[in-house]
Parts: sequence; structure tokens; C-alpha cells
Amino acid sequence: MSDASVITQTQIYEEIFPDWFTPESRSGYEGFIIPAERIQEAAQFLRDDKRYDFLISVTAVDYYPEDCLEVVYHFKRSTGGAPLTLKCILSRESSEIQSLVAVYPGAELQEREVWDLLGVKFTGHPDLRRILTWEGFGGHPLRKDWKEAFYEEEFKPFKSRWPDGKFSRAEDHNPLQDNLNFPQGFDPDKWVADGEQTLYKSMTRVSKLNEDGIESDQIIVNLGPQHPSTHGVFRMAAVLDGETVVDLKPVMGYLHRNHEKIGERNTYLQNMPFTDRLDYICSMSNNFAYALTVEKLLNVKPPERAEYIRVIMAELTRINNHLIAIGFLLNDLGAFFTPVLYALEERELIIDMFEAASGSRMMCNYFRFGGVVRDLPEGMLDHLKKFLTRLPRKVDELDHYLSGSEIVRIRTEGIGILPPLQAIANSASGPLLRASGIPYDLRRADPYSIYDRFDFDVCVRYHGDIYDRFLLRLDEIRQSIRILKQAVRDIPEGPIMTGKPQYQVRVPAGEAYGRVESPKGELGFYVVSNGKANPVRYHVRAPTFINLTSLADMCKGNKIADVVTILGSIDIVLGEVDR
Amino acid sequence: MSNSTRVEIPDELQGQVAITTLDRIYNWSRRNSMWPLMSGLACCAIEMICTAASRYDFSRFGMEVMRPSPRQADFMLISGTVTKKMVPQLVRLYNQMAEPKYVVAMGACASGGGPFKEGYSVVPGIDKFLPVDVYIPGCPPTPQALLNGLIKLQEKIDGQTIKKDAHWYRKEPTLPIPVPILGPDLIDLRNLPEIKAAATAEIIDTESGLREGSHE
Repeated sequence: MSDASVITQTQIYEEIFPDWFTPESRSGYEGFIIPAERIQEAAQFLRDDKRYDFLISVTAVDYYPEDCLEVVYHFKRSTGGAPLTLKCILSRESSEIQSLVAVYPGAELQEREVWDLLGVKFTGHPDLRRILTWEGFGGHPLRKDWKEAFYEEEFKPFKSRWPDGKFSRAEDHNPLQDNLNFPQGFDPDKWVADGEQTLYKSMTRVSKLNEDGIESDQIIVNLGPQHPSTHGVFRMAAVLDGETVVDLKPVMGYLHRNHEKIGERNTYLQNMPFTDRLDYICSMSNNFAYALTVEKLLNVKPPERAEYIRVIMAELTRINNHLIAIGFLLNDLGAFFTPVLYALEERELIIDMFEAASGSRMMCNYFRFGGVVRDLPEGMLDHLKKFLTRLPRKVDELDHYLSGSEIVRIRTEGIGILPPLQAIANSASGPLLRASGIPYDLRRADPYSIYDRFDFDVCVRYHGDIYDRFLLRLDEIRQSIRILKQAVRDIPEGPIMTGKPQYQVRVPAGEAYGRVESPKGELGFYVVSNGKANPVRYHVRAPTFINLTSLADMCKGNKIADVVTILGSIDIVLGEVDR
Repeated sequence: MSNSTRVEIPDELQGQVAITTLDRIYNWSRRNSMWPLMSGLACCAIEMICTAASRYDFSRFGMEVMRPSPRQADFMLISGTVTKKMVPQLVRLYNQMAEPKYVVAMGACASGGGPFKEGYSVVPGIDKFLPVDVYIPGCPPTPQALLNGLIKLQEKIDGQTIKKDAHWYRKEPTLPIPVPILGPDLIDLRNLPEIKAAATAEIIDTESGLREGSHE
């Protein structure tokens, strides 16, 4: 599948693109290299003339010790097809490039992330602050010459563990006996902490006279990071005029666990359990995306049975996730913990199956490059069949009690509207995009694995409000049940792994961007290999992180009480937002 | 609660009066109404919610009401990875809780950094800042493990005595834990001299893990 699409892609390139788009010459790489000063022009051209209206991801690769910092852009068409890659080469010293926010507003948070972690300055960005670390943080951690406090060696497995096995505590090597590292000559007495001044300065407040001639101030209200409705440690700073939201900024990084830095020290296989902990509700989908990406580099294909097992697991994950999303949305609406109990009841049955197959309820670590780690346990398919007769009734029950509820409808209809063109411009994906009337589902738009064999509908709703996002998730559960029924019917017997299971896979040099339609949107992994045991770059295109770009647009003009519900309808998981 | 003392109860009051020690009735009432602070941090929070839900249901042990406000909470369940950006808020929440208060570190990350220990913005264990009463291993701990840990906390409370352990009844106030601030790295205000000394020390070799590169 991927080979075919690559060929057609190159054919298109040769035909239409202007000559300053230099095709990649390195083997294993694809896309174009363009001069850094023309990136905005190129983006405009792609969007307006080539209909690449959707910016998937912005990231960068540090090729230290070469003086080469490569900014990588992925674009796609919202009508479907393979992605297109553009690259700009910068020097590590003066890493400056034009911002794409004016052309693709969806670049906003991603460019802030690239600035924060890799130190690429985006000129013309409206609000270039640190995003995952904090203002005042020392250095840009994803640069290859930046070393963390517990740094031991460049790559795993560390010599201290293998083959010698003389392991010591990381704390013993640190002067502060802790995960701390201060720059040379740092004097804590003279340090003035930023507090939140940079954040508050970036938000405009005005005082104005109201109709009675009284001067009224707009105020800033913080929600989170400790707040019962923020689905984790997420924070929003909102400027309020009375009760109405005038401006809103998402503040994140409270769960920044350095997936990418750790991932670039790990071997390929060691990253698999770490992907579980990205979107910790949907560990199977994360496994799926990562396995697909590395399989692209390895050029292997899993056997039939493994493909079916993967689809079964991915669709069960989707049901699992949407049940939680619906339940917690109702929590946010004030139906505190009653609907969620019914949703969690079904979820427990799903994670029982995960536990039976993988050995863990949440952190499944089930996929391997070229298959899955072990076969389904005996009787699991029968169990699944029984579950599939039970689940539709339970979904109907949720639908029956919730969809018609007067309170649900008043609180959600017409609130938090995201118009379709805005959704595309903001790079929204998943249920957020489809509830805005764009029928884009990767399982159909750029089919991966064996999704082209199944008969299912791409769910779409057209109002783009909270209510439609809620209904869309119910629809998707029903479609997933359809896929599952077909998969359980058709699954063949056979091997579950291509080749022998390996601890140390040999990954040829090159780059790959692999993506799946995770329950929350387009989950992508961008992996660059240099042929050694560890990835040079391991980037996660987290759907909920990018979906949060739309949060401010949806909240402006609504009441502060609705902000909580709008956030709930995006369905974020902080493990993935902050990584 | 049976009569655990040697004081005799007259026949006419049998079944109506119970005699016990102050410690026992005090601990009995506390341990059966332990309200957790509702602060989910990461993956473990999902298992915490599952434990609260109908299948495992920790309200059987008196933990049914999760309180979003620290003022109303009895113990803090650190359910997930503690990052340097989050730890000032957690310390503040702990300071705001009323005594008697307890801390339960749920999972590998909260106990010692877990799989993310080597990460540059991860605090390797909440016990660097807060006094932890119970550690629960697992990544994430299953609901059964969490329940076991919470029962361990109840056992700890059972063993406490007002005379020895209830420092919240003493005259002198308990000092709050200083809230760390965010500098180039996390600054624990209790360790200022050490930080200063470490930052002015000569870099002997780069292999010791000291960071190179520029700082703004």
C-alpha cells in the first residue's frame, strides 16, 4: 500500500512542482527541500494551488554534529491521499525561519513546541513562548548536544547495565543527588522567576465604560492545572468580560514527561511500552501507529492474522475511548459520575479482554514490528462475540438517556461551534473535524493495515457544536462494532509475526511518517533512522495537542461555564498533549 | 467495637454503652472516612477512577467522596508522574490541606520517577518534597493494588496515638513546605546553599552529566 502511494506521489511531484522545490536525494527520504526563506511562499502555493489545505505537523531534526537543523513539515489534502513532506535546512546557530501561522493557523502550538524543544525561532509568530517547559528553562532539550541531569550515555542499552551489569543509582553521579542541573555560575538568590508574567502579558485586557458610564475591567481567570474538569493537569487562562470569554490561552506542559528525548536514547523496541503511556486510554492505537511507522522503515508486512488482531484491538480501543469521552463529557455538564459509571462498566469488559491478550489492563505493549507479541488467548473470540451482542444495547441505552435529555441539549447545542474551514485551517482531526462536517477519516482517506476490506461508514455531523461531537462518538462506536463483527467473522488462523521476534531490530537509514486514525484524531509518528540501533528523531504528532489549537476559537464569546464542556468535547488526554 | 478495656459495664447498660480508648475511637472514625484529594496527574488517575467506579468501589472503605478542594481532603493520592512544572502546585495543595493529612504515592512515577525518571523535567519521586505514607508499586497499579495500598494507609492510622503522633494538636504550628520555584531547573528553597555550591563548582569532566551548551 505504502509503496504504491509513494510512486504516484513522485510522479505528481515531477509534473507540477516549481524548480525551487528540490526533491530529496538521500535514499530512504521523501519529499522536497526548499530554501528556508521561501517557506511561507511554498506553503501559500501548496494551500492555494495544490489544495494541500491541511498542515499535519511541524517538527525539526537536529543532525548534530553536522551544522544542520532541519525543519520538517507534513501537509495533506482534506479530501484524502498521501501526505507531502517539505524540509528546510537551517544552521544550528542562527536557526530562524518564517512562521506559517498566517497561512496555517494550526501551526501555532506546534511551532511553539519546536521553539521550546529545539530552539528554532519562528519569525512572525504571534506568541512565541515556551510551551512544554517553562519560561526561563535552561536550553532547548531536544538538541543533540543538550544533556539531561541523569545523563549516562548517548544510547541504550547503557554499558553499565549490559553486558557488565554494574548498575548504580543515577542520583549518585549528580552533584545535587537529584534530577537537577544548573548552569555554571547560577546564583539562586539573584534569580527572578518569571511567574506567569509572560503569559499574562500575551493576553490583552481592556477597561471600558459600560452603558451606565461605569468603568469595568476584564479579568484573567485561571482554570487548572488542579481543577476537577480539566481531564488531567491542563490549564486555561481566560480573559473574562463579566462571564463572557474574550480571550483564552491553553497552558500545558504540566505532564511533560520527555517522551521524545527518552525515545531518542532508547532502541526502537524499547519505545513500544513508552507509546502506551502517551494516550494512556488508547494504548493499542499508539502501539499501532508506532509499529506501522517502523514497519515502513523496515519494509515488512505483518501476516494476515496479525492484521486482523490489530484491527480488532484498535477498534476495541476506539469504543473504550469514546465511552470514556462520553461519560466524562457528562461529568463536565454536571451529571457528576452517574453516566460515567455506566460507561466504565462496559469499559471494564473491554480492558478485561486487553488484559487477557496482553497481560495488562492499560499499558498493553502488545504490538511488535511485523505482528503482535502473542496470539489471542483461547476463547477470546467467543467472548468478544458475546460482548458484541451486549454492547449495542448498552450504546442504545446511553443514547436513549442522554441524547434526548433537555439539560444536555440546552448546554451543548450551538455551543463551542467550530466551522469546517476553520477546523481544517486549525489542523483539527478526529471527531472534532468530523463533527464539523468534514468526512475525513484516515481509515478511508489513506487506508492503512487492512481497513480497505471492511464495510463501514465514515461518521460525519454538520453543526460543529458540542452536541454533534457527542453524537458523533456514539455513531463511531456503532461503526466500530460493525468492523469488529466483520473482523471476528473473517479472522484466519495462522502465524502472528513476520520473521523471528527480535530484541534489536536493524532499521535501515531513512525517515518515515506513519499515521493511524486514533480515537482522538490523526496520531502520527515521525521517525528518522541512521541505520543504527536507536532513532535519530522520534516525534509524536499528538492529535489532541493540535486539536487544542481550536480551543480558543471555540470558547471566545461563550460563557465561562461552557469552557469546561467545550474542553470535554475535544476529549484530551494530557499524556499525549504534553508527552 | 467491643469492650477493649478492663472497665466493667453494669448489666443494665449492656448493649447500650461501649467503652474503648480515645485512640481507638478517634482512629476508627478517621480511618473510615478518608476523603482523597481529587487530583489526577497521569495514567494512574484512570486506574484511580476505575477503583472509584462500581466494579472496585473504594467507597466500601470510606473513600467515596473525592474532594477537588484541598481544604476538605484527608489524603492526597499522587496518581502519576510528577513534573517539575507541576510540583509547585502539588506542594501548595499539600500545604493547604488541613491536618491530619497523608500522602499516598501511587505507581512507579510518583514513588521514584518510574520509566520517566531520566527525563529532564520529571521529579524522581514525590518524596523529594512531600512526606509519603504509603507507596504503591505498579505501572499503573491495578485497582486491587490501589485498594491494598489504601487499606495499608488505614492500618497506619490504626496504629497512631494522639499522644505520640498527633502533632496537629501541639501548640507550635506545623510549618508549610516551601513551594519550589522554577528557574533554569527546579529550585528547592531548602537546598539553596547546595545549589549555589554545585553551580559554582568546576566542571571536571563532561561525563559526570553536567549540562553543556548555551543558556538564555
